[in-house]
Amino acid sequence: MSDHAHALDTTTGLDHRKLAIWTFIGSECLFFATLISNYLVQSKKSLVGPFPHEVWKDPATGQVFEPIIEIPLVTFGTALLLFSSLFIVLALYGAQRGNRKMLIGWLGATILCGMFFVGMQVYEFTHFVHKGLTLQRNLFGASFFVLTGFHGTHVTIGVIWLVTMFILAIRGQLPKERALNLEIAALYWHFVDVVWIIIFPVVYLIR
Amino acid sequence: MATTVLDQQRAHAGAHAQKTGLWSWLTTVDHKRIGILYGTTAFFFFLLGGLEALLIRIQLARADNNFLSPETYNQLFTMHGTSMIFLAIMPLSAMFFNFMIPLMIGARDVAFPRLNAFSYWVFLLGGLFLNASFLFGAAPDQGWYGYANLTSRQFSPGHNVDFWNMGLQILGVASLAAGVNFFVTVINMRTRGMTMMRMPMFVWMSFITQILILLAFPVITVALILLIFDRFFGTHFFVPAGGGDPLLWQHFFWVFGHPEVYILVLPAFGIISEILPVFSRKPLFGYAAMVFSGAFIAFLGFGVWSHHMFTTGMGPIADTFFSLTTMLIAIPTGVKIFNWMGTMWGGSIQYRTPMYFAVAFIAMFIIGGLSGVMHASPPADLQQNDTYFIVAHFHYVLFGGSIFALTAGAYYWWPKMFGRLLDEKLGKVHFWLMLIGFNLTFFPMHLVGLHGMPRRTYTYPKELNFESLNQLETLGSFILGLGFLVFLFNILKTTRGPRNAPADPWNGATLEWAIPSPPPEWNFAETPVVHGRDPLWELKRQRGGRLPEPSPGTGAGIHIPPPSYWPLVSAIGVTGIFVALMMSPKWGPWGIIVAISLTFFGIYNWLFEKGYSEFTTPQGGGHH
Amino acid sequence: MHSRNAAARLRAELVPCLCLLVLAVAGCSPERYPQTALLPLSDFARIGDHVQDQTFYWALGVFVLVEGALLYAIFRFRGRPDDPEPRQIHGNTLVEIIWTVIPALILAAIAVPTVKGIFQVNGTPEGNLLEVEVVGHQWWWEFRYPQYGIVTANELVIPAGRTVHFKENSVDVIHSWWPPRFAGKRDVFPGRETRIWFKADSTGLYPGQCAEFCGIQHARMAFHVRSETPEAFEAWAAHMQTLGAPKPAAAPAPAGTDSLRTASSGANVQQESQADPLFAQGETLFRNKGCIGCHSLQAKGAPTALIGPNLANVGSRAYIAAGWLKNTDENLEAWIQNPQALKKGVLMPNLGVKPDEAKALRAYLRAHK
Repeated sequence: MSDHAHALDTTTGLDHRKLAIWTFIGSECLFFATLISNYLVQSKKSLVGPFPHEVWKDPATGQVFEPIIEIPLVTFGTALLLFSSLFIVLALYGAQRGNRKMLIGWLGATILCGMFFVGMQVYEFTHFVHKGLTLQRNLFGASFFVLTGFHGTHVTIGVIWLVTMFILAIRGQLPKERALNLEIAALYWHFVDVVWIIIFPVVYLIR
Repeated sequence: MATTVLDQQRAHAGAHAQKTGLWSWLTTVDHKRIGILYGTTAFFFFLLGGLEALLIRIQLARADNNFLSPETYNQLFTMHGTSMIFLAIMPLSAMFFNFMIPLMIGARDVAFPRLNAFSYWVFLLGGLFLNASFLFGAAPDQGWYGYANLTSRQFSPGHNVDFWNMGLQILGVASLAAGVNFFVTVINMRTRGMTMMRMPMFVWMSFITQILILLAFPVITVALILLIFDRFFGTHFFVPAGGGDPLLWQHFFWVFGHPEVYILVLPAFGIISEILPVFSRKPLFGYAAMVFSGAFIAFLGFGVWSHHMFTTGMGPIADTFFSLTTMLIAIPTGVKIFNWMGTMWGGSIQYRTPMYFAVAFIAMFIIGGLSGVMHASPPADLQQNDTYFIVAHFHYVLFGGSIFALTAGAYYWWPKMFGRLLDEKLGKVHFWLMLIGFNLTFFPMHLVGLHGMPRRTYTYPKELNFESLNQLETLGSFILGLGFLVFLFNILKTTRGPRNAPADPWNGATLEWAIPSPPPEWNFAETPVVHGRDPLWELKRQRGGRLPEPSPGTGAGIHIPPPSYWPLVSAIGVTGIFVALMMSPKWGPWGIIVAISLTFFGIYNWLFEKGYSEFTTPQGGGHH
Repeated sequence: MHSRNAAARLRAELVPCLCLLVLAVAGCSPERYPQTALLPLSDFARIGDHVQDQTFYWALGVFVLVEGALLYAIFRFRGRPDDPEPRQIHGNTLVEIIWTVIPALILAAIAVPTVKGIFQVNGTPEGNLLEVEVVGHQWWWEFRYPQYGIVTANELVIPAGRTVHFKENSVDVIHSWWPPRFAGKRDVFPGRETRIWFKADSTGLYPGQCAEFCGIQHARMAFHVRSETPEAFEAWAAHMQTLGAPKPAAAPAPAGTDSLRTASSGANVQQESQADPLFAQGETLFRNKGCIGCHSLQAKGAPTALIGPNLANVGSRAYIAAGWLKNTDENLEAWIQNPQALKKGVLMPNLGVKPDEAKALRAYLRAHK
């Protein structure tokens, strides 16, 4: 750790931006905690179906609504998102060692996983709407779409961020001296992943 | 031949002369300039909020009065509360966070100077947006805490609630950005030797305030988002017909709302903790207790929220829990009051204007705290809630508390910020008018509230006999107004006078008094090293007397973050997103798309702007 | 200079104190205030009042002691600029512990009656209860008596000495029902029931008001509680039960409809009134102007979910327009002609009623006691 004349002297030795992303993540925890609490309270208060795990027959029209949650696709997307956290760790490892191939390869894999996850969600949302679950239909729909939608938005912003880093990496503008830039993006990415690890069982698994 | 400090600075400044002119202010990233921007803007909104209050008081001075229509009245009380909280007290505190925190910790700026500017511009645009609602005759009119389901489309079809909702979201962005900024600044930019337990108390209280902002604002962000979805996208989160529960809004709101009041008062506590020692010529009594009580208040502040809901019939278990936590929070608050008095005790008190306001703060805050303890008891609160008794309580803590403290801070730090001392005589006139006016306005409210006058009522019938107390209150409010006119006059008179304040007019204890008034752009010629609390007293003790007037230095070899307009561009984008969202029924998604694009454009240019990496990165990649 | 300073401070510290004294004296005659919460007239109100007294006296004691100490410090420790530096004390652990523990003890002393009071006010009353349903509307109050099958508006009649159990809700937004002489307030919600109860000590007419901001006319959403002797109350309830019981007609009217003819020719309206030509004119207008669409004149078996208050006994109520406009002929006529002028935004539109028509309607309504 050499001591440049112009080097910034921080009290903790940490880069400001690294502290900042942790602080931001701390704040975002409350954001998602509120959304998840809202889901927990509201999703059970639907007056009409469709419901997540039960069949419901509309007494007025006789129309039958199947349980709306479909586990397989979402589980696959969840697994991909989890793996993407591993991939970005590998990409960061490459970045910190100046290994350009490793950086670009694993970063690309991370982005693909993220894109797939978002794509899966878009498909799932349209599929649910087809099956009769909309924002307006009932409180399960409203709280489901708002919670997973905002998470999905965070993933999308993460993907945009990672694509930016990817382009920088390809242009050779992510040398090992600037690996911290990727580390900050990775921290955000891990956070988005952890939030999903909480949302997935709460929304999809627990009955 | 006396030269002013400014002359000295100009003589030494050389290539680092700070530019003047509009563009330099639009692109500034200097924490001191941003602080002044916050202060002037906030003071303007404060006067606007005060005008709203005076109009309210005129209407209430007579029974069955028709000076204001009911809709206008409802808009005025809503905007008065919203403005005072979000556009006055918070940004006035931000003025001091901005100007003083870097100085007090021996830093040259905050951790993210451009983010700092961004916060200010978003605040300004948010405040303008909120007040623009008046121009459309659609000012918010649902009360500053906007209870559902009055705020649903069905019962509030106009734009009023949307102005409020979007306005608060915009302001929330500003607060959150500043929260991250000051949190990192305090953790990471303290000068050598300044451990956390050697920081000035104002820095501590401000630091805790930032944590509160970071944890509380996301909650209201979500609540407001849910309301947006109800009003714009047809959900039923708070709509009973769709299964929603209006009471849920209250829970979400107050989980934010209660910490918010500590956000409003903790910086005030910090200011008082700076002023009392200097003017008592003794250190702050019980520094550690002050730190821990502040932290404990903040922590516990997240556990009392339903004391705003005692009349909703939550049941005895919930009532008991929140009643007890609310009483508990009185203990650390009491500790603070006693520590302040302990600071004065045995001191050699110098009665200058800042000290007048600081002492009055203690007296007024005690009253506000005691009425707060009275509310903490649900059986009693069933009578008190939603009456003027509550209005009295929160004005005693927010005005008698925060505003008195902020005014004390203004007189105290004015010489440092502007290089001029405010006139003492006028200051005292201001003080007496404010103290008398304040008590005459708000003390009778305790009585009229217990005698049956509910809040948020645009009028009352003569036979309830509220008129005489209301007239007293209106008289008091005009005396208050007069006091602020005197303050304004003082400011104008002082601004026209010479800029000749010394660096250390009060015999201060903290680092900001070691540099010229006003400070040069780079703050410290050399970053100081501290060895304990009250570093400047320590230094003066070692030197055996007052310090000589510091030279500002030339700033040579000191790197300052260069100005930038990307924060302003990004701020316009962010504001635009919410404006476009509000107008989306008319404009469709296009406005939102344009605004998001502008925001991305601003942020990308900001991120890739050259010349800033050395200010955030310890091993700097050098200059790019 | 020094003593002038001190004298000025003393003088001016006294000024706010004197203000407070004046106000305290002014405010301390609660009898002046019909809606005061400081003169409890029921068992429920006394619970809260008792707790409030305790917190108040503790608060007063703390106020005198602490502000007194502050005042003392202000004068005792004033210094001159050239005074020597005072002793640099940083704290005193023992003192700090004491002034942490003592407030904690005081709070514990307040907590005990508080918790007791919480459970008392949340308890379910027992005995021969009168059940009343309070329904909040923008901007008036509906009172239903399920045990009697009657409904009224804005003037609640209750028997003194008997516990009344209130179940409350709202049809639109959150309101708060607050009769200060009898009870603290309880918010009323759409889709959620809240409860309160009290037993009035004595008879009389007492005002109350909505206490949760509910829209443009929140300020004018008042009501009155008319506490009667048990016998008078029973007489009133019996009388109300006769208001609007449908008389057999040629073709049976569908259930729940308000047959105007039967309502006005029931036993509720005195014979003289029916002979009054104004009455007949008013009866016709009540139908033709559309009043019948929002208001019922039946106290018993009235249709539910009407926008406007029940008017079965409006003629004898002390106030109209939800508890704040005296029920004089002049006021009633003015209201009928132009409710928007008196209570802007109220859900009753201006129906273009001419002055002479208003007179007739007034006479018609006045007959409904």
